[in-house]
Amino acid sequence: MSRPALTHRLAERGIDRQILLLVPAAVFVLVLFVYPFCYGLGLSFQPERGGPLGAYRAFFTDPYERNTIWTTLKLSLPVALLNVGVSVPIAYRMRGRFRGKRLLTTLLVVPITLGTVLTAQGLLNFLGPAGWFNRILIGAGLTDAPVRLTNNYWGVFFSLLITGFPFAFLLVLSYLSGIDPTLERAAATLGASRTQRFRRITLPLLAPGLATTFCLTFVLAFSVFPSAVLVGDPAGETRVISIAAWHAGYEQYDYAKASAIAIVMGLVELVVIAITLGWRATLFTGSTGGKG
Amino acid sequence: MTTGFTDLRLEGVTRRFAGHDALTGLTMTIRRGEFIALLGPSGCGKSTALNCLAGLLPLTDGSIWQDETRLDTVPPEKRGFGMVFQSYALFPHLSVRRNIAFGLQMRRLPRAEIRRRTDEAIRLVRLEEHAAKLPGQLSGGQQQRVAIARAVVLEPALVLMDEPLSNLDAKLRLEMRTEIRRLHQSLGLTTVYVTHDQEEALSLADRLVVLRAGRVQQIGTPEELHTTPANRHVADFMGFRNLLPMRVAELAGDKAVVEGDGMRLHGTAVGALRPGDPVVAAARPESLRLDAAGGVPATVEVVEYQGREAAVEVVTAQGVRLHARAGQRPAVGEPVTVGVDPADLLVFPADEDEP
Repeated sequence: MSRPALTHRLAERGIDRQILLLVPAAVFVLVLFVYPFCYGLGLSFQPERGGPLGAYRAFFTDPYERNTIWTTLKLSLPVALLNVGVSVPIAYRMRGRFRGKRLLTTLLVVPITLGTVLTAQGLLNFLGPAGWFNRILIGAGLTDAPVRLTNNYWGVFFSLLITGFPFAFLLVLSYLSGIDPTLERAAATLGASRTQRFRRITLPLLAPGLATTFCLTFVLAFSVFPSAVLVGDPAGETRVISIAAWHAGYEQYDYAKASAIAIVMGLVELVVIAITLGWRATLFTGSTGGKG
Repeated sequence: MTTGFTDLRLEGVTRRFAGHDALTGLTMTIRRGEFIALLGPSGCGKSTALNCLAGLLPLTDGSIWQDETRLDTVPPEKRGFGMVFQSYALFPHLSVRRNIAFGLQMRRLPRAEIRRRTDEAIRLVRLEEHAAKLPGQLSGGQQQRVAIARAVVLEPALVLMDEPLSNLDAKLRLEMRTEIRRLHQSLGLTTVYVTHDQEEALSLADRLVVLRAGRVQQIGTPEELHTTPANRHVADFMGFRNLLPMRVAELAGDKAVVEGDGMRLHGTAVGALRPGDPVVAAARPESLRLDAAGGVPATVEVVEYQGREAAVEVVTAQGVRLHARAGQRPAVGEPVTVGVDPADLLVFPADEDEP
């Protein structure tokens, strides 16, 4: 018996000419991601002093540098959690069809189009010492001196909240509309109250989606840079890790250290994502019945 | 609320969607232990009626009474009715056992009782080996049985079923039909069952409600509907496949002679008719004879083999198609003479609103 042709055997393993369609994407990833990443990784192990791990040692032994990890986590973790947490009730209310849904969705998503700089500008005007917010507080007699909400931790916090919310909201909304609404109705006929229906049926089915949403908003917030400078306190309270990397790279011209910081940044993100996805793996992730 | 009732009254139950009447003035009384089928084509309002009963849709007008308690203002979770959905709506993240136990847990029953009643329900629908599986791992028929068990484990005052068999293949549908009837007989649960399949409705129900365009056409026992449909739409649903638009030629009591398309037939009048009125003459395929002396001449056009007999489509000289059945398979193109017993040809007034 003769063996089938080589092309036929390859096709059975999923290798045929269609695979060529992957080439542009593969080249793109190689040139714009894999190569720079490997280059940076290599660079981080070639500092001028201290052997291959010198740059990392320099980062971790200096508390001013090391603490940027904690500073950034202190901003990005609460922001990501809050964005996911706030998105859930809003998206839950907006599941069905109602008049003006499109307008409301547009309004909620608009911050995406603003960009960080515009958001920062707005925050300075609104929350600054002479901003409307403080004027209202003082006018209402709630405070004597303006509350400081910009050029510190809170300025960056609000800025990240505003820019991150649309992503979280859109993702949660699409995950929620993927859950068959009949399930909640079935739960209702079985005697479950509104809260029980949400807690026992919708939330468990939504949780994996929330984990994914959290990861994405966390990564967005963790790499914060412009707003940390514009509405934060870039030398103190909001000296986030990306500022440390920028400082090393473009003020000290120590590329090895800058690369090492970037690699550390990536590793911290990976750890948080791994923990979140590890938790997600314990949840039900099958079909949720709806049309997602 | 779980305690049974003597009767459940629907009084003028009406539901409108954005100016369109989905259900208009449904009035009926459901007695304890009855099996009621709501029958009608898609869009006739039968599912709307069921959702109104379940409390999932608020009424636009009318009221629902459980004995002396007004029910239509009670939210679904407080009604204590069990519902089986067309898509089953099993909770995908819970095992079969926990799906079935869900309603009992919502009632905050003691753990031991939940366990005992869940086990009992699992045994009732014969899913013992599958109790630990997730719904996604089950076949359609098994999912269906979980959905039924989940609804009946609460021993609800009323079980509502929304086309529960429509997603199953023909063989399984027959099996599940028997299963549902068996469950109804052994548990005696009052059931309202929605379907568009007249055979299903006739074989399951104690009483049928035929709906069309949101209005009740007829309420009666399967025998009543089968032998004496109230109008042409009910007749259509009860298997009167031959529906011929004709005119009344002569009338004597309920004996009517109708004419049209070159045919002159003797039939039985249903409803008030006058000579000259447009009517619809209805007959089942099995009532038509193909060898009637003095019958309408026609030619055999299509023959479908169906086991013991054949379904035959014949066409008259004027091009009217008639459906009949024959024990002997006729050949295509064979000339026949079609006749029908006057008792089997029902003559209904033609609808004004129908084309």
